[in-house]
Formats: sequence, C-alpha cells, structure tokens
Amino acid sequence: MEQKYEAVIGLEIHAELQTRSKMFCACPADYAHAESPNTHICPICTGQPGTLPVVNRAALEQGIQVALALHCTIPPLNIFARKNYYYPDLPKGYQISQYEMPLAVNGWVEVPVGKEGTLQRIRIRRVHLEEDTAKLFHQGDRSLIDFNRAGVPLLEIVSEPDMHSVDAVLAYAMHIRNVLRYLGVNSGDMQKGVLRFEANISVRPAGSQELRTRTEIKNLNSFRALTRATAYEIRRQIAIYESGGQVLQETLGWDEEHEVTLSQRSKEHAHDYRYFPEPDLPPLQIEAAWVEALRAALPELPEARRQRFIEAYGLPVAEARILTAEKSLADYFEAVLPQTQASPREVSSWMIGEFLRHLNERQIEVEAVPFPPQALAELLNLVAQRTITMATAKEVLREMFESGAMPQAIVEARGLAQIADEATLMPLIERVLQENPQVVESYLNGKESVFQWLMGQVARATRGKADPQLTRQLLQSRLDALRRSRL
Amino acid sequence: MDLYSLTITQAHELLRQRKISSLELTQALLERIREVDGQIGAYLTVTEAVALEQARQADERLRRGERVTPLTGIPFGVKDSIVTEGIRTTCGSRILEHYVPPYQATAVRRLLDAGAVLLGKHNLDEFSMGSSTENSAFFPTRNPWDLKRVPGGSSGGSAAAVAAGECFFALGGDTGGSIRLPAAFCNVVGLKPTYGRVSRYGLIALASSFDTIGPLTRTVEDAALVLQVIAGQDAHDATSLAQPVPDYAAQLQRPVKGLRLGLPREYFVPGMEAGVEAALQEAIRQFERLGMEIREVSLPHTPYALAVYYLILFAEASANLARFDGVRFGSAAQQAQTIPELYLETRGKGFGAEVKRRIMLGAYTLSAGYYDAYYLKAQRVRTLLRQDFERAFEVCDVLLTPVSPGVAFRLGEKTADPLAMYLSDVYLVATNPAGVPALALPCGFSEGLPVGMQLIARHGEEALLFQVGHAYQQVTEWHKMRPALGR
Repeated sequence: MEQKYEAVIGLEIHAELQTRSKMFCACPADYAHAESPNTHICPICTGQPGTLPVVNRAALEQGIQVALALHCTIPPLNIFARKNYYYPDLPKGYQISQYEMPLAVNGWVEVPVGKEGTLQRIRIRRVHLEEDTAKLFHQGDRSLIDFNRAGVPLLEIVSEPDMHSVDAVLAYAMHIRNVLRYLGVNSGDMQKGVLRFEANISVRPAGSQELRTRTEIKNLNSFRALTRATAYEIRRQIAIYESGGQVLQETLGWDEEHEVTLSQRSKEHAHDYRYFPEPDLPPLQIEAAWVEALRAALPELPEARRQRFIEAYGLPVAEARILTAEKSLADYFEAVLPQTQASPREVSSWMIGEFLRHLNERQIEVEAVPFPPQALAELLNLVAQRTITMATAKEVLREMFESGAMPQAIVEARGLAQIADEATLMPLIERVLQENPQVVESYLNGKESVFQWLMGQVARATRGKADPQLTRQLLQSRLDALRRSRL
Repeated sequence: MDLYSLTITQAHELLRQRKISSLELTQALLERIREVDGQIGAYLTVTEAVALEQARQADERLRRGERVTPLTGIPFGVKDSIVTEGIRTTCGSRILEHYVPPYQATAVRRLLDAGAVLLGKHNLDEFSMGSSTENSAFFPTRNPWDLKRVPGGSSGGSAAAVAAGECFFALGGDTGGSIRLPAAFCNVVGLKPTYGRVSRYGLIALASSFDTIGPLTRTVEDAALVLQVIAGQDAHDATSLAQPVPDYAAQLQRPVKGLRLGLPREYFVPGMEAGVEAALQEAIRQFERLGMEIREVSLPHTPYALAVYYLILFAEASANLARFDGVRFGSAAQQAQTIPELYLETRGKGFGAEVKRRIMLGAYTLSAGYYDAYYLKAQRVRTLLRQDFERAFEVCDVLLTPVSPGVAFRLGEKTADPLAMYLSDVYLVATNPAGVPALALPCGFSEGLPVGMQLIARHGEEALLFQVGHAYQQVTEWHKMRPALGR
C-alpha cells in the first residue's frame, strides 16, 4: 500500500543554545541546574512593564556557527520580530523571534539514509533565533509557572520538505543533533528537552510532484516520538486517501501513550501571530568579516572527521561513520589511540563491537561510561602484550562497566593473567588428551576439525586464561608427536 | 517669592550658598502639594518619607560639597508611566493599581544618583493614551489656570504639578505630544528629546518606536539641566544613542543671530484659534528682532502624519499591552475557570475604553491580510515624513510651529469624540515617527489661557533648541507667569 504513495516531510527543530546568559537578559541560561524554580529570573525575562531586551552576542555567534555548519547564507541584515499570542508561559504576550529577515537562509546537509546509508541531500530553508517560554507545572486544579526557562536562547532550524521516509527524518534529525553537539552549542540531551521537533507531513501518489494538504505535529521531544508519530501520520493520511477522503490542514499533537496523533487546531482556528518587526531591537548588521572569523573558528565537523578517520587511521567507511556519528564517541576513540599499542583498526573494532554493545545494553551515553579512555587503552594493551586473552578482556570490560575499576587491577585481583608458560600448560594439555581418547583418535584418523574442540577444552580448563597461540603450538606439536609414534 | 515657585537654577543657587536646605525646600513642596493638590489632582502617589530621607542625604552632600550637581537637593516628580523601584507605579490603570516595580527606570536612577529628591508619581491618561489626562483610571487632573479645563495629556499630572508649584521639574513621557501638549496648556517648558537620547528602560511602553522620556520645567535653562543628567547611552536600551552628550549649559548663551527659523506652511493653516495665531505671530516677530532669518518651508507629507502615527502606535501598543493578562498583573479574575476567561475578565475589567479601542485597532491592523495595507504602508510613509524633516533642515536650522490649534479645552468637551481628541496633537505627532527633538515653550495667552509654541531641530540637536528657546526667554516674560492658584 505504502508504495503507491510518497510522503513529503519537512522538519522544524528547536534547539536550546548553551550560552552563559539568556537571549535578551543577563540571567543564567542553565535552567536545568537552577536550585529552585524562579531563581534564574529578572525584571526582563519575567516581562515586567518598561523592561527592554538586549541581544546576547554569544547566542548570535553560536547561531551563525550552526548556520555555517549547515552551509547556510548569512544575510547582512538581521531583524527580530514579535510573534503575538497569549499563553501563561509567555510573559510578554509575545515571543521575540525572527520572521522576514532571519539569521540564515538556504543551507543543506547530506545524511546517510536507511540500512544502505545512501547519502541524501536535505535543504535547510532558514535558521533563526528566538527565546524559550517559561515552564508550566500542573498540580491538581492549580498551575504553577517557573520562569527559569523563559528567555533561554532557542535556535529554530527549518528544513525544506525534502524527506520522504521515516528513515530520512531520523537520519536528518540525528545529523542536526550531531552537528549541534560537535559545535558544543547544545547537549543533545533529549530527556531535558533541549531539542524539540515539529514535523510537517503530507502524502501524495508516488511519482507525483504535487504538494498536498499537510498536517503539522507539534512538540515531539524524542527520536522515538518523532519516528513513531511520523510513521503513524503517514499511515493515517494514506488511509484517508484510500477511503476517498480528504486530509484536513490542522495542527496535531502526539499522544505518547496511545501512539496516535490528535487534532489540536484546525486551519480555521489557526493562530494569526500578527508578526511585526521588534521595535525594541534595531536591525542587526552582520559584518562579513565577523562571519568569516566565526567560520574560521568552526571546529571539525562530522563529515570532515569521518574523512580523516578513513584517511589517517585506515578505517573502513562504515566504521568511520559509526565512530563519528556521535562527537563523544569519536572523542573517546581519539583519546584511546595515543595511549595504546593496539592499532586504530583494533581500537575501532573494540569500540564498535564490545564498547557500543555495553552502551546499548545499559542504555547509557558515552558521557556516562564509568571509566576514562585511558582504562580502555590499558585493557587493549593487556591484550596486545598477551597478558590476558581476548575472552578475558571481554570479561574485564564487563567488570569495568560495572565497577569503573582499572583493568590491570581487575586482572590482578581476580588472577586473570594469561597462562603463557609451557610448564603450566603442558600438563593441562596432556590431561585433556588423556581424558578424550576418542577425540584424539578421530583427529589422528584425519578429522582435523576436532582440533578447535580440543583447544576449547584447554581454554575451559584454564578458565579462558590459556594463551591461545602457545596452546595451539603446544597442542599441535603434541598431536604431531602422537601421529609420528603411530607410523 | 515663595520657595515653591523658584526655578531649578534659582533653587540650586540658594542650596549652594546654604541659604536654604533641601529639607526645607522639600517640606515647602510637600506643604504646597497638601495645599493645592486636592483641587489639581496631579499626584497619584506622594512619597513623603522617601523624599524627606533623600533631602537629608542631599543636604549631607551639599554640606560636604561632595558630588554636588545642579539637581542635588531639588525635588521632582515622575509621570506614573515610568517605573520607580519599590514605589507603586500604576500607569493610570486599574490593571496596575497595586503594581510595585522591582527595578528602577534608568532616567530616574540617574536623577537620584545626581541627588534629586523624589516627591511622587504624577497622574496621566491610562497607559499614556489620551490628550487630556481624563483617561486616568483614578481621577482627572485639572488645569491650574482654570480648574474646569484639562491640563492636556498624557503627561497632564506632570505639567500641572510644575505649573502649580508642586515640584521643580518632572519627568514625562512623549509618544506623540504627551509632554508638549500639557506643557503648552499649563504654561511650562516641555522637551521631547531625539528618539534614543534618553534611555527608555523603565518607561512602560506605549509605542516603542516613538516613546521618549523628557523633562517638564519652568524654563528652557532648567530643561537643559535635567536633560544633561538623564541623557546618554544605556546598556539596557538597545535603541539608546551612542553619541556623547554635549554640555548643554555651555551652549545656552550662544547668540541666535543669523540662525534660520523655518515656518512649515502646512502647520499654519486655517483652523487655528485667533488668540493662538496672534501669539505665534508675535513670537515670530520676537525671533526676527533677535536677528534670526525667517524662512517658509514645506513638510509636504504632514497631512498623513496623524494616520501614520496612529496606525503604528496601535500596532505596537497592542503587543506592548499583551503582558497584562492576569497571570502577574491584574487581580480581577480570581473566579476564572479557563485561560480565555482569565484573559477576558482581567483585560475586560482592567482596561479603560480608550485602551481597549487602541488594542483592538492595533490587532486588526497587524492581522493577516491587513498588515500590508496598514502597518507596512504606514511604515513607508513614515520614511517620507522623516525625509520631509531632512529636506526642511537643508534650508533652516530650527522649525517653529504651534503646539495645538487651541488652548486648554473644558473637561468632558472631547471625551465623546476620540477623533477630536486625536486632533489636539495634529502639530505634534510627526516628530515622533521622524525621531527628531522638539521643545514646547510658553509664548503668550489667549483669553487668560496659556499658548505654547514648538521648536523642532535635527536629530541630536537639543542644544540648538535650548539655545533658541533660552534666547527667547531672555527677552520675554511668558514663562514667568504663574497661575493664581490657592490665593
């Protein structure tokens, strides 16, 4: 059914900027760490009559850097506008935002979509600055307002309707989050609401170029909500067309519990925001030299880093992509490298294999890993020096994730060091051979595949500590000796 | 001579010579307020305890000779649209009846730092919307020259207080004549500075791109002394001007001989009362005698000034007043069950008729489909108004116009006809969209009531206005006339 139709999706992403102070006043912007509600407030961000906004230059700089990273054009003139609507979380009765002359326009990104990772270009229509609202708390029949968040800088990134699948939406959203984190302007911590999505969705017959009536889903606060709501809404619209109906232009909310979109406002009741230029803020002249200085100060971005990982470390494209998809993971990788004897490829496969598996199992971010990169480097060194086996290393890593202890300490405390001396191993090998005469027999009769089984028996007898290389060598020479004695 | 009728310059001389103390001066004015304000209604709040304490501190400064300015120890009042920290600020509205601001307006702070003594807050039209002070939610102010007549507005309380000897000077607000009309009606001096010359921080906004704070005084010289203190860039106001503040007193005595006085022909048209016209013609002859060259000039877009002014004002005001939504301001809606009820109750009961009229008109002109025809068109014509002034100032240095077509009108005379009320400001409104400074000063009487004239100069040329106005006051006596109140 879905092949008959094509979805057309545009995304608006609201990202809080991590500036020291708020967008238009000197209050600290870090409301998440406020000691209590309504402590990071002042006459300006609570909308006291007579107060005036003053633009935070750092927010402007962060916004411009994001826009540059998204290949946008920065127009020389920048105008703030008042967006008028009433809600108790909006202290002035209008939000200072941007409308006709935004911070940046006409950008693009390329993101790998789906399992194959086909690169797709998604255009960015505009990037603009605005202020966040206060937070409402509902307690029974009362509602309380915390103004700590009011006035926190928000960057709104608006894409063109260039996405046609849930996979593309997810890839784009993750890419934007990654760019923001690479620039250090947003923590990407979705649970704290620092990134919020709005999806504009329509569907049309596959192959058609028409733009049909779209709906807008507001307040999607996680990748899960974003993808589920988008998938649901595409199905809903297809079902409407299939039954001969018409999609209504409306604003929808996402019901997380029942996983359905719900109508909030129809077109007739759509807000008229009565935008007009903010008279309290003169138009901002953006000097080209300033933009160029900010461009020069851009840190390495995901694409560039991926390319460098491929060229400098000889990593396969797929691995480089995984390692650079998260700035923190790439940082961790590069922090391990200089401290270990293991090769970049070895470090990479450890991180993409065991390391990421633990993160997924434990549902934690790189930042929450309880041991430093130095510890992982040490673990890989123990393997490289053949102090421990691969199998032991995996066990040690598990313990590192649990206790945060250093690998050397774990190995010593639990006596996990590799057995690599002939004097200890040989008697064990002799015992395995004596205990399994039929297996030995079949080996000598030419069934050489049982060799691995015998190796496993030795490993088991040493609880994985036997040095595989030496074991293989000793076992082989013992079996060769037996064969010779038969001849 | 009574202490209360001194000019700032005279009072300062007595204070400096320690012939009187600030405490005596302050007590004399508090006594004068007790004596006459029952008839006038200039004060909404008298801050007696604050004033006496500040007077004692001023006396200490004078005694030690430390940080003595021309305003040290001089009592003043402030229009109640300008916030005063810890002192109730109502803006003439029920909705702010109990509002005590948590911060100080920049202009007030600068005056207090200079050692001036705050007597209290002056009555005004609600949210500065009106030309008669009859729109105050509390009571109307009466003209000290005739208690049956209005003092003009919206800074009517301030002008009446200066005229009646209830303060030595006042801070008013001028958005489209609100300082100049009452100054003319009450026979005092009123300055609307260049937009941005005085910080708006703390001025409860009416139309943000027109609003200015300026002094009302008994002489031009006094106005220069007050502007000297309150002018200058403010980090809290992004629209405040960066240009340094000149030494106004130093330029006051310069001769005006040879300066070109422009008479805009669009301002000398039928409709002016005979007594007003006669007073103006006499003033023009006076300037001629002072050696100024008289030039006829044209401001061709004058007929559109009132429309431009009100369209932009309504739009900006509708947003500026959105914050009075019952969440933090206004207490009418304790029983509201829903958010819309909260808004309707608070704003329906809290605002007066004129305020509601302007909010509705403003929301209308900004709404989708009307924005281009009204707001945008008005902004374009605004540019033409500004260019009118620029061209006129190519051929003259100062413009002279009437302040109002007539003298102070009777209470109730224009309340039923908003348009007639709006027309009182027909000669005053163009300066605010253009941003240029304008000075109103007494130039005669018509049937026992004061007549004022308006001098207009280029952006930032307040010093020139003071120079010309001061020269006039050196050869005329109109500004020395005092109402026969309380005798």
